[in-house]
Amino acid sequence: MKTSILATGLSCLALAAHAETPVLTVYAGEYFTSEWGPGPAIESGFEAICDCDLEFSTGDLLPRLLLEGERTQADVMIGLSTDVLARARDSGLFAPHGQDLAALTVPVDWPDDTFLPFNWGHTAFVYDTTRMATPPASLEAMRHLPDGITVVIQDPRTSISGLAMVLWVKAVYGDQAGAFWADLAPHVLTVTKGWSESYGLFTSGEADMVLSYTTSPAYHMMAEDDQTKQAALFPEGHYFMAETVGKIAGTDQPELADRFMAWVLTPEFQKVVPAANWSLPSALPVADWPEGWAALPLPEKVLFLTEDEAESLRVEAVEEWRAALSQ
Amino acid sequence: MARSAVSVIGAGVAAAVAALVLLPLVAVLWRAGVWPALATGDAQALWFTLWQAAVSAGLSCLLAVPVARALARRQFFGRGALITLMGAPFLLPTIVAVMGLIAVFGRSGWVNQGLAAVGLPTLTVYGAQGVILAHVFLNLPLAVRMILQGWQAIPAERFRLAESLGFAPAQVTRHLERPMLRAVLPGACAVIFVICLTSFAIALTLGGGPGATTVELAIYQAVRFDFNLGRAAMLAGVQFLLCALVATLIWRVVATPGFGAGLGRAPVLRVQGALPLAIDVLAIAAAALFLLGPLCAIALRGAPGLGELPPAVWAAAGRSVAVALISTLLTLVASLALALSVAEAQRGAAVMDGVALLPLATSGLVLGTGLFLLVQPWVLPSRLALGVTVAVNVALSLPFVYRLLLPEARVLRADYGRLSESLHLQGLAWLRLIALPRLARPLGFGAGLAAALSMGDLGVIALFASDQSATLPLVVQGLMASYRLDTAAGAALLLVGISFGLFWAFDFWGRRHAAV
Repeated sequence: MKTSILATGLSCLALAAHAETPVLTVYAGEYFTSEWGPGPAIESGFEAICDCDLEFSTGDLLPRLLLEGERTQADVMIGLSTDVLARARDSGLFAPHGQDLAALTVPVDWPDDTFLPFNWGHTAFVYDTTRMATPPASLEAMRHLPDGITVVIQDPRTSISGLAMVLWVKAVYGDQAGAFWADLAPHVLTVTKGWSESYGLFTSGEADMVLSYTTSPAYHMMAEDDQTKQAALFPEGHYFMAETVGKIAGTDQPELADRFMAWVLTPEFQKVVPAANWSLPSALPVADWPEGWAALPLPEKVLFLTEDEAESLRVEAVEEWRAALSQ
Repeated sequence: MARSAVSVIGAGVAAAVAALVLLPLVAVLWRAGVWPALATGDAQALWFTLWQAAVSAGLSCLLAVPVARALARRQFFGRGALITLMGAPFLLPTIVAVMGLIAVFGRSGWVNQGLAAVGLPTLTVYGAQGVILAHVFLNLPLAVRMILQGWQAIPAERFRLAESLGFAPAQVTRHLERPMLRAVLPGACAVIFVICLTSFAIALTLGGGPGATTVELAIYQAVRFDFNLGRAAMLAGVQFLLCALVATLIWRVVATPGFGAGLGRAPVLRVQGALPLAIDVLAIAAAALFLLGPLCAIALRGAPGLGELPPAVWAAAGRSVAVALISTLLTLVASLALALSVAEAQRGAAVMDGVALLPLATSGLVLGTGLFLLVQPWVLPSRLALGVTVAVNVALSLPFVYRLLLPEARVLRADYGRLSESLHLQGLAWLRLIALPRLARPLGFGAGLAAALSMGDLGVIALFASDQSATLPLVVQGLMASYRLDTAAGAALLLVGISFGLFWAFDFWGRRHAAV
């Protein structure tokens, strides 16, 4: 305790001494700044060109920002995913990004003038080839899984990936989404609060399939040299998910924030994304992707609901899911 | 003089705890400005929450009685170590506990592999039965320890007297054990009921689906996902009401056992006969197998990752230990003051007792959100991350330590109150000569609990966290979210190891210095 008081005092002194170095405060998700996340590379990369100090502040993203309101210390927020953008935008706390979107390489139309995507991927069911020789060939086939095949999924009421899942099914099945869930229900081993609990159950052999991302196999291929984890690709299409960067309207470092927003779209930033974030770069042609990534199997058809569509369907889609799985 | 000082301090502690728990709720309500109605599924969630908590608490206590009795009346090699080790599940962070249970009871776990090998149908752990299994696994140790303390608090002279009067086992049960159980069981049951009432990570992973939704899960959804603060506060209010109800009921049935003072000798319980022996062996063996199996699984899973833990994990471990030690000290002081003044007080004891149970019923999420709202106008919340963690840890471990101390504080008051008064033994001298030696055992156990619980907590810090203040549980989560499952398992094992080490050290200290 004493040392932490001392450390705080010393860091205050240090701050005073370097008062001329501007600080860009970036709010990021909890996983972001660990040494296995993209944070460290982004920080050193930007500090090399900005003559500033980039400070990440990690934790809850949207809840924290909404609690702080106008008083927020953030200059930039990184990591808000597509399905919560409507609520983030409604807060009125974000400023237009002012960037040219021509560099974007995401597979959907992105006219947004506030949020910039910095990565993307799709939701997918991932399976283990040693336990499942022939995965279901379509989303329709997921409704008719053979007896004994089990799936773990995430709760759409508590996890972003779970929410994307119910929107995916809603986008494909519309009014029949409830029937899809009723058919899948006997195969749902369990529902977890977040992605990591599900994924842990899957890798420890509890379930045959897990709701995850099309990019999940990349981690196993590249970090572990393991080819046995694959995403089942469906002709109905896969739901698009991206994480975004937004500039806070009330920032006291508007120029630095703008430079950061611009830097997000540069190849230097984009090349960090795949291996640090295990997702696809949002503004980098496939030819420039890091080694191995171009070989990752990806679905041909991409599904995406606009923010307004997603927001209007959200409550209904989650309730259909809940009702079908509560039986 | 000493009495009034204790009462004043106790009342102060109660007021501080009530403020720490209730003000954040008020802040969240204030900010939300509305009090919404229950939504679809809430009634179902409420019902599931209540019945699973009741069944879990009942089963934990019921199963704990034969185990505690066996441990109280048998001496064998390694008994102390077994008692300590069997306490470990209660100290596990829920993520780790779930992983351990799944390794044993899961679809591809040890039990099902064994059943399949001999051609028997396999069992599924996912569903209401899994939730209850997990809650019994986590809380049976607590129940055993609370009841065992009850047995050990019966003065040895009473057992000797019973023996010399030629009591049959049934008569010992009737005159000594049943009154003790009547005093100890309701409290243990209430604490476990309330713990199970507010648990949600367990229900969500093992519950099998949204049918096993608890109220705390609905709060999580309201705070973290829908940002519906009014709904979060409303649901937290419902939890409070449930808890208040339980506390009132318990207060009415609890009784102080009238054993009178003893000379503080270790109780010697002698039971003859093959049948009681068989029952005791069975109870201890079954409990040890049930409680230690998942622990072994956690150790086996985590051991390979231990060697390659990155420096960030060690730094976080250091922070967690510092937070745990400070929290423990504050918890001990606060619980002791509260327990002594409740044991003594004529008026206000029921209120203080209820207040001591309040933190258990609070939703960690609403507490964190409310504290954030309260401090944010004055200070940068991230600067307070560790301070807030300490405050919340103290509030959340206080009910346990208080519950452990209270029965013994009552006995202390009843047995030594008049003697102390006639000797004019007061203040610090009374504390040092009478109270601390008599209470050393529950104090040590309580300190161990507080330290271990403080190591494992993570619910509240997420809003306040900054890079420099990540605790070990947060780092474990971060590793899991970055696919580093092996490293996460290693870090989880480290977390379990440290929690358990702290618990063991304090508990050992308590038993070493115990006068009884």
